Amino acid sequence: MSSVNPGALPETDTESRPRRQEWPLWEVFIRGQHGLNHRHVGSLHAADAEAAIRNARDVYTRRNEGVSIWVVESRHIAATAPGDKGPLFDPSQSKVYRHPTFFDIPDDVGHM
Amino acid sequence: MYAQMVRSTGKGITPREEMSAQERAFQDRVDRDDRIEPRDWMPEGYRKTLIRQIGQHAHSEIVGQLPEGNWITRAPTLERKTILLAKVQDEAGHGLYLYAAAETPGVSRDEMTEDLLSGRMKYSSIFNYPTLTWADMGAVGWLVDGAAIMNQVPLQRTSYGPYARAMVRICKEESFHQRQGYDIMMKMAQGSPEQRRMAQDALDRFWYPSLMMFGPSDAESVHSAQSMAWKIKINTNDELRQKFVDQTVPQAEYLGLTVPDEHLTWNEERGHYDFSQPDWNEFFDVLKGNGPCNTDRLAARRKAWDEGAWVREGLLAHARKKAARHTAAE
Amino acid sequence: MAERSRDTDQDALLQFLLRMGDSTLILGHRVSEWCGHAPVLEEDIALANTALDLIGQTQLWLEYAAEVQGEGKSADDLAFLRDVWDFRNLLLVELPNGDFGRTMMRQFLFDARASILLPRLMQSADTQVAEIAEKAAKEAAYHLERSAGTVVGLGDGTAESHDRMQAALDYLYPYVGEMFVSDATDAALTAAGVAPDPASLRGEYDALIERVLTEATLELPENRFARTGGRDGRMHTEHLGHLLCSMQWLQRAYPGNRW
Repeated sequence: MSSVNPGALPETDTESRPRRQEWPLWEVFIRGQHGLNHRHVGSLHAADAEAAIRNARDVYTRRNEGVSIWVVESRHIAATAPGDKGPLFDPSQSKVYRHPTFFDIPDDVGHM
Repeated sequence: MYAQMVRSTGKGITPREEMSAQERAFQDRVDRDDRIEPRDWMPEGYRKTLIRQIGQHAHSEIVGQLPEGNWITRAPTLERKTILLAKVQDEAGHGLYLYAAAETPGVSRDEMTEDLLSGRMKYSSIFNYPTLTWADMGAVGWLVDGAAIMNQVPLQRTSYGPYARAMVRICKEESFHQRQGYDIMMKMAQGSPEQRRMAQDALDRFWYPSLMMFGPSDAESVHSAQSMAWKIKINTNDELRQKFVDQTVPQAEYLGLTVPDEHLTWNEERGHYDFSQPDWNEFFDVLKGNGPCNTDRLAARRKAWDEGAWVREGLLAHARKKAARHTAAE
Repeated sequence: MAERSRDTDQDALLQFLLRMGDSTLILGHRVSEWCGHAPVLEEDIALANTALDLIGQTQLWLEYAAEVQGEGKSADDLAFLRDVWDFRNLLLVELPNGDFGRTMMRQFLFDARASILLPRLMQSADTQVAEIAEKAAKEAAYHLERSAGTVVGLGDGTAESHDRMQAALDYLYPYVGEMFVSDATDAALTAAGVAPDPASLRGEYDALIERVLTEATLELPENRFARTGGRDGRMHTEHLGHLLCSMQWLQRAYPGNRW
């Protein structure tokens, strides 16, 4: 499907530029204190996964933000293409019956 | 501001009739307050202006570590040392977030660093002024961070998603920066005669450079008009400068310090303070590299970068060896 | 007689607290010198975290030291108003940073000992010592993970990074022994159940650093000569005085001011 792309970000390392010895870019996901899902908090550079986790700890949990860290190299993230936004996400707009407010329940029934 | 005089296309705003269909659709999204994301189509001018602005902003955070870092080893108490260190560390973090936001429209952090070190990219004029006494740690937090916050709060609504999200995080973290600066100023202003002298001297030296942070009047600037249409810039320089003066003057009065401007008066009719403009010739000199600390600041960054090369290469080489061993073992 | 022995114990306890607090103070100060100058942003931020932890530990050790001393002083008084001969830090931590490699090697050699000593101190008969150690032990465990990882990465990196790390180890190793020399103060503390005998930690320490240094492809120098004089204040290096000149300057130049 066209909406699956090799990366969430545009390729920065183009042929025209000299080959660099730059540390790869990593995306950081952190699960906070309250048991919610890991959430994307930002990016950083690191030579490898172990270092990326340590760097994430030092960069993104300075204010007691997390209890668990995931990192993934940015180039490994597949993403939807912006052009597919309509076909992918608009159809769900018409499925109003998936939301609880679609149904009128008499007050007498009590909390539901 | 941290990003001063960012060049845009230089042609002013393209009239709607002259836009391509793609450009019109893009402008409509910006007008609707849609966020533009990295893989979305964007006009080349928008992309380039973004990189210049976010890059300048990031460089300012990094070079901005130096004037305050200058006092970390001389902080007068253990608590002040930890607060200052945490604050300067935050600036490194903010630089990191911003570089990441600038990487998404297509320029790597190392490239931007090289552009900073070669002088191709600029950073804020304010960091080319020296920090001479401990009171300067107060003045920088109070005035420089205060001015930065004026600009950064509206930028949380900027049109480019990664930039806006970086600003949200930065604003949240910066909330203590200005307060710690003012806290230092209060201690100094209420302290010994020498401390009061330091506090007044710091205000005297940092007042006009702080006003310069917003950049020269841009009411007529074609660059600013385009950036505002794209919502990369939210307010004019003069609006923000006025807001800063209005907010800061009462704070100086509370400290019992004198703002070094004999023309400073409350204008009842306008509901704002009237104040003197800084010396814009000095501002342009600083931008050209002739500020008191330009040479030293860049030299310090260059030294860190050059002397760190073996570390960056060493850790990368190890990562590659480890990956190769891992593959061989499979 | 009982009174006198209690005084002796109190004095030993004070010396111990100064040894702990001065080492974290001076090392925290050294590490903070990197702020804004590290090889890469992520390392800059991480080093600042380490320094913040160490200065935080200093506040706890020196506050307790001031309390034991009983002269109405604060942790700040101890940090900013003593001269070189009254400092009780390890010589290792007062050495200048050198390059990033030497800084990380010094950090590793220090962290390795802290990661062994602090869990032992959590069992201290002195509950205040045990509480401080508990907080510090968690920080030290992370510092060790980070510094050991960096030592391995740079030791087993490029030829240049390997050589620099070997040079760092050769330079610093003579200062390792001081961490494990036991004196009369240590004997009194061990007898009172306050702290373990430093010499008793050496075996575990050697095993730990050997494991990491082997992975880093680095070789321990054969000469085990130990430079001493910091922990007992007998003879510091010339470097400490310069460090104090910066650190104490404001307090010395404007005595009695509040900041």
